Amino acid sequence: MAFYRAHVLVCKGTGCNASGSSSVFDALGEEIRKRGLDQEVALVETGCHGMCEMGPIVVIYPEGSLYCRVSVDDVPEIVEEHLYKGRLVQRLLYTTPDRKVKVPRYRDIPFYSKQHRIALRNCGYINPDNIEEYIARDGYAALAKALTSMKPEEVLSEVKTSGLRGRGGGGFPTGLKWEFCRKAQGDKKYVICNADEGDPGAFMDRSILEGDPHAIIEGMTLGAYAMGADEGYIYCRAEYPLAIKRLVGAITHAEEFGLIGDNVMDTDFSFHLHIKEGAGAFVCGEETALLASIEGERGMPRPRPPFPANKGLWGKPSNINNVETWANVPNIIRNGGSWYASIGTEKSKGTKVFALTGKVNNTGLVEVPMGTTIRDIVFDMGGGILKDRKFKAVQIGGPSGGCLTEEHLDLPVDYESLTAAGAIMGSGGLVVMDEDTCMVDVAKFFLEFTQRESCGKCVPCREGTKQMLLILEKITSGKGRMEDLKILEDLAIMVKEMSLCGLGQTAPNPVLTTLRYFRDEYETHIRDKKCPAKACSALISYLIDPEKCKKCGLCARNCPVKCISGDRNTPYEIDQEKCIKCGTCLEVCPFQAVFKE
Amino acid sequence: MKVKSLEDLRKIKENAKDLTSARSGGETRVIVGMGTCGIAAGAREVMTAILEELGKRGLRHVAVETTGCIGMCQREPLVDIIRPGEPRITYGDVSPGDVPGIIEEHLVNGRVVEDKVVGQTD
Repeated sequence: MAFYRAHVLVCKGTGCNASGSSSVFDALGEEIRKRGLDQEVALVETGCHGMCEMGPIVVIYPEGSLYCRVSVDDVPEIVEEHLYKGRLVQRLLYTTPDRKVKVPRYRDIPFYSKQHRIALRNCGYINPDNIEEYIARDGYAALAKALTSMKPEEVLSEVKTSGLRGRGGGGFPTGLKWEFCRKAQGDKKYVICNADEGDPGAFMDRSILEGDPHAIIEGMTLGAYAMGADEGYIYCRAEYPLAIKRLVGAITHAEEFGLIGDNVMDTDFSFHLHIKEGAGAFVCGEETALLASIEGERGMPRPRPPFPANKGLWGKPSNINNVETWANVPNIIRNGGSWYASIGTEKSKGTKVFALTGKVNNTGLVEVPMGTTIRDIVFDMGGGILKDRKFKAVQIGGPSGGCLTEEHLDLPVDYESLTAAGAIMGSGGLVVMDEDTCMVDVAKFFLEFTQRESCGKCVPCREGTKQMLLILEKITSGKGRMEDLKILEDLAIMVKEMSLCGLGQTAPNPVLTTLRYFRDEYETHIRDKKCPAKACSALISYLIDPEKCKKCGLCARNCPVKCISGDRNTPYEIDQEKCIKCGTCLEVCPFQAVFKE
Repeated sequence: MKVKSLEDLRKIKENAKDLTSARSGGETRVIVGMGTCGIAAGAREVMTAILEELGKRGLRHVAVETTGCIGMCQREPLVDIIRPGEPRITYGDVSPGDVPGIIEEHLVNGRVVEDKVVGQTD
């Protein structure tokens, strides 16, 4: 076997792929061959590195240098300078947003150095299509340990000791959930992976599926062993084609190696794993709706009890865990439950992956110990707010979560603290907002989503979210009345308390938290017919400052409805009657003469 | 191949280690000067010889890196060897024929090949 002195890792996760990493990968291959380095430099495709903002990402070992936003044009320079001559390509290194310092080593970048990667430990490090790379990183060692030296109840007890809680949002203790299923009567049991990640802005599950699919397979196999199941389903949305492709490949490889299938590792234990593609309905992330969807029924929730642990898929005892939860399991079995329990806070153990998006410098995935503050995540790892604007709020937990403000920046992120503040951990979406974000508009955005995704089975959710949305639309278009706020709040509490499933029970959270922390913004919209953040289009007008206008006519030429008049001698003016408030004029004006009021 | 025991898995892991070992940034390092001067003096051939020798001996834990000109162009090709906890030894005028000796004596057995040494840094 050839000795590869250097490994060039190209991220082929969905984010980097979208910014062109596939052509970078091909160009690197060609350039390395052209330079005659193909016998000594290995080119490897990996899953997501997490720092999607900087993609396409290329990491070169043994130095561990990370290059950002690599384009095909950069390839010859990387190969000649770095691989051939051993000189770093300075201009492609990561630069910190605040101090303008170049960081040559991957691990020293603040985005990575503050992370504690357990669920993401292989993402961006191994080739997800190569089972041997997973095994080289202690993959399937936990399964081998369990099958050769542990009884099923011992596996269960390690998971209980670890304190792991459901990472899909509910936060229910995983060990306890497993125990219910283990104790349930039945000769046939199922384990299921909920990979129906649907929150706008959340992509941690997708990254694990794409970057380390074997971790999920190993976790589920361990779960099946502990609970006495012999069959499993991964319910993954069809909108994740790459994740499905990697899963299919990984399942085939694991079967070839005898790590799933009949008589796993030559023992009496057998486990068969299938993939079920979902059509992307948000409600199918709710476990009873998910079960219905696997069975071929319409994806709608049903009342619990009976819980899936007793009466699940096709009426058999079933256990459903989220992707991130399963990915933690092999680590817990390999290193022991007490190791995992030593990380995190008193009641929230281990780490959590967050998808950091919105008005923040480093968007991407971060995995941090429970109890890390929002400030650390947004300002240290996230690199602060885009364009040095002022931080306003962060929406945590997606459309089911809530908005937290500046006063919560030092709040430790764990299940209890977030719930007390009115938000939820959710699946871990973190949308950062700056001073230009209107909180009423944000509440409307998330409610539009949940209202559209409501399955319609129960009245509070179907009608309640619709009525709430109508009120928010009234307020943002300047037609609200003060008494609407009371109605909105009453409706929100009603929907929260009376809905059948988690979708409706959490849908009002964005409205309730914004009402709690930003009530004055709602009142300004109603009383003064003004949007303080200048975001609600019905409440603002675009104007041209005649002092600043240089009469270039760029705004008039770009206006899609031709409502700007003027010429070389007369200052340009916007016809407020015709203006559709698209904001194009403001964007194109080179002299900042266009402003919002 | 089917994994039938702990031993089987360990074997696959042992073989697969090579796949990712270069990514852990080994403690033992070989650094070849690849400035214009180094390349002109034959550093490429030396590099190939090093990789061949390491491959032959199965020394997968060694990180092989390249570096630019360090200013001692007349003694190129320059090769540095760093063993964990030991000073960095720089060899000069290294030819492909010198490589097996340096690797066996210094890298494996820890005995510096004195007559080729041009410098030492801690």
